[in-house]
Amino acid sequence: MNDLAEIISQNQDKLRSEWIRTMSSSVERADLISKAELDEQCGSILKEIVDGVKTNGPENINGAGWNGTRELLSSISSSRARQGFSPVDVAMFVLSLKQPLFVVIREKMAKSPDALFEMIWSSTKLLDNLALITTEAYTATREELIMRQQQELLELSTPVVKLWDGILALPIIGTLDSARTQVVMESLLQAVVATNSRYAIIDITGVPTVDTLVAQHLLKTITAARLMGAECIISGVRPQIAQTIVHLGINLEDVITKAKLSDAFALALQRSGRAVVKTAAHAAANPLSGLFGKREE
Amino acid sequence: MERIPVLRMGSLLLITIQVDMHDKLALQLQDDVTERISEWGSTGVLIDISSLEIVDSFIGRMLANIAGMSRVLGAETVVVGMQPAVAITLVELGMSLTGVRTALSVEAGMELLYGNAITGSEDERTEA
Repeated sequence: MNDLAEIISQNQDKLRSEWIRTMSSSVERADLISKAELDEQCGSILKEIVDGVKTNGPENINGAGWNGTRELLSSISSSRARQGFSPVDVAMFVLSLKQPLFVVIREKMAKSPDALFEMIWSSTKLLDNLALITTEAYTATREELIMRQQQELLELSTPVVKLWDGILALPIIGTLDSARTQVVMESLLQAVVATNSRYAIIDITGVPTVDTLVAQHLLKTITAARLMGAECIISGVRPQIAQTIVHLGINLEDVITKAKLSDAFALALQRSGRAVVKTAAHAAANPLSGLFGKREE
Repeated sequence: MERIPVLRMGSLLLITIQVDMHDKLALQLQDDVTERISEWGSTGVLIDISSLEIVDSFIGRMLANIAGMSRVLGAETVVVGMQPAVAITLVELGMSLTGVRTALSVEAGMELLYGNAITGSEDERTEA
């Protein structure tokens, strides 16, 4: 079977230029990758294929001799997945080698049709397998990307903001599921400890629906905060959600709920012995500008 | 034998749990607290668990029990400084410790207990 390795290594330069020419007519994507880089990649893949065929033969693609090829192809396809190639582009990259390779094989073995067929069959199987490796690596990279984005989304979507000394707000956007509740709970409790806050306002304006499960998650968070010595106020309850809560018979008796974040903030200020007042001078000079002033009681 | 110290601060008892609780220790603490309350006539019990990092249902119930026993003996219990992980664990175990008051820090807990003592005496005065 080392004939194949010999054929490839003897005609490496020719194969490479033909391969690149075939790709240029179909999937070269000159917008995403430079000609020189492509040339280099093709050259190193051909070298690795020769090594692989020499040590393990074209059939045993999982053998140790093919490790180099597999790693090279995986790294090329994952870098292409990040660059924005389509799966077809990535698979065709390897499959484009077929035509030039077959041409070379035919030139060498034109005299014996049986051997020619055998050779073509084994090399087509080999290239198909290599193409499958690229597709697999491509998908794996894409999946990894999606996972990472999900994680980032999860973390980004639960910011804890400090409204005042000892008052935290936690605006929740999107549906609360178990995984998110865990993140919400942890980040809220961490923030309570870090800022030594007595009051935490959970704003659910951005939560589209509240069902029994979401309510249960909210209650868990509130109980955990209470255990640590912080008091929770739920705000942003929309009329629709208030109706749903009552219809579902969810018991929020022990929880303070408010319609708006501002109401909840006012309550938290009041409970911590503070009030927001207009400063007389400022109000007289510019009655329309921001009117926050602090009066400690 | 290893023991959790129960300190007296005026009318309050201060208990700082700084070791991992095991069941024997918890039972010993229950005995100590109840005895000290009746001996010293304390009106408040402050349990600082800020160094407690591992908690199970037994310890959770022990906290609730101490609060219950103290109430029977006329003292109010405040648990302070619970770690987030401990709070989450207790909630997941279904123990919300209703009836136990909580505060963020020892300072806040004292304020709570002293505040109660003051309002309590005011109430008595108005009643009288």
